Amino acid sequence: MAHQSTRASRHTPLLILAWLWVGLPFAYGVYELILKLTQLFSG
Amino acid sequence: MPPAALAVHLSIGQAYAWSVFKPPLEKALDLSGTASALPFQLGIVMLGLSAAFGGPLVERNGPRWAMFISMVCFSSGFLISALGVATRQYWLVVLGYGFVGGIGLGIGYISPVSTLMKWFPDRPGMATGIAIMGFGGGALIASPWSTQMLSSFGAGTGGIAETFLVHGLVYALFMSLGVFLVRVPRDGWLPEGWNPAAAATRALVTTANVSARNAIRTPQFWCLWVVLCFNVTAGIGILEKAAPMIQDFFAHTATPVSAGAAAGFVALLSLANMTGRIVWSSTSDLIGRKNMYRVYLGAGALLYLVIALAGDSHNFVFILCAIGILSFYGGGFATVPAYLKDLFGTYQVGAIHGRLLTAWSIAGVLGPLIVNAIADSQEAAGKTGPALYTTSLYIMIGLLVIGFVANELIRPVSDKYHEPVLTSAEPLATPQGGS
Repeated sequence: MAHQSTRASRHTPLLILAWLWVGLPFAYGVYELILKLTQLFSG
Repeated sequence: MPPAALAVHLSIGQAYAWSVFKPPLEKALDLSGTASALPFQLGIVMLGLSAAFGGPLVERNGPRWAMFISMVCFSSGFLISALGVATRQYWLVVLGYGFVGGIGLGIGYISPVSTLMKWFPDRPGMATGIAIMGFGGGALIASPWSTQMLSSFGAGTGGIAETFLVHGLVYALFMSLGVFLVRVPRDGWLPEGWNPAAAATRALVTTANVSARNAIRTPQFWCLWVVLCFNVTAGIGILEKAAPMIQDFFAHTATPVSAGAAAGFVALLSLANMTGRIVWSSTSDLIGRKNMYRVYLGAGALLYLVIALAGDSHNFVFILCAIGILSFYGGGFATVPAYLKDLFGTYQVGAIHGRLLTAWSIAGVLGPLIVNAIADSQEAAGKTGPALYTTSLYIMIGLLVIGFVANELIRPVSDKYHEPVLTSAEPLATPQGGS
């Protein structure tokens, strides 16, 4: 059990990096989408 | 595993943003609109074909191999296209982006599906929803990014070639995360506290396995093919013509829709398409796949009917209905792998999914063809406003009703198609009829 938890904590930085890797470009896309959406409601 | 799947799907989802390259290509290489659409059209055809024929290879060689092949093909497609634009050889763009890149699309699309369902057998709808949401989200990233790059490098042949070159290199790097991270769970791995036998007590959910070759011999496969084809046809018909459609609809009202607002409407539909993939697919884990498709097809038909009956009286009714239809369109894509897993098991579900995607290729032609051909003929007859689209709307309702009936006809797969149950000492490696 202790071995498993050590392994999990060793993988945490990789997990964070992996989610940032895909999350940041996605957040950029969503931000650009929201900018366009405002045009629909402002005319 | 989800970031690995997303790294691939967010990349190949760029295909939906091809339209960004159309005007600069037309101007720089003196092309018609039809010619500049060729790389995208060939890419979608190749997506369906490579998913159908490459599925068994993906099952045999595993997701890392598939993601690597997808990365190489998709990135090479951009690099070949860069060479094509730089040398003014447009056929190289068609070959590169359409043919080579299209193979990357198909192999990449199916690469994480069966692995995700092996990692999350208790929530297969949510698992595939995450990945396939990425395909919907890919254009959200690519569209502003490609636009920005074209304005930085310039929209001449040199600028477009440089843009393609950077796309090829950046997508190779971005997708490499998927190749690096993807892992298949060990044999017999199950989430803690989850009992597959209890899950199999739900209608249509099997613990048996069916090979890809046997699956296409079952009526269930073809009913689901019809369901997917008509659900996609109905959604893509609106999606492909969203901007002119909303402008035409309200052209003769007190509140006409400007080009900027129409672009906002297209963005809203992209958001609905993307969120529908994760929300509805996850919901299907709770209410069952068959019930979920009853909603997509039944409620989808009703929303089309509301648009047809409301006409140009209320633009918010039109917008709300279109959001619903596009969310069902995305949901239909994301839920289908889990439906296949319920019916045929996880054994060759990736290959079966690949073969089912041929329905997408047909729908991709059928939906725009119906809406555009009818709108053109109505316009030629002197009609304007909602009348341009009313006939198309009723055709879509008819298709959704046929899809609804096909979904109702789906029953558990007969035992005669199941793979023999082997002891643990005999792994299910070389299937009878497996290809």
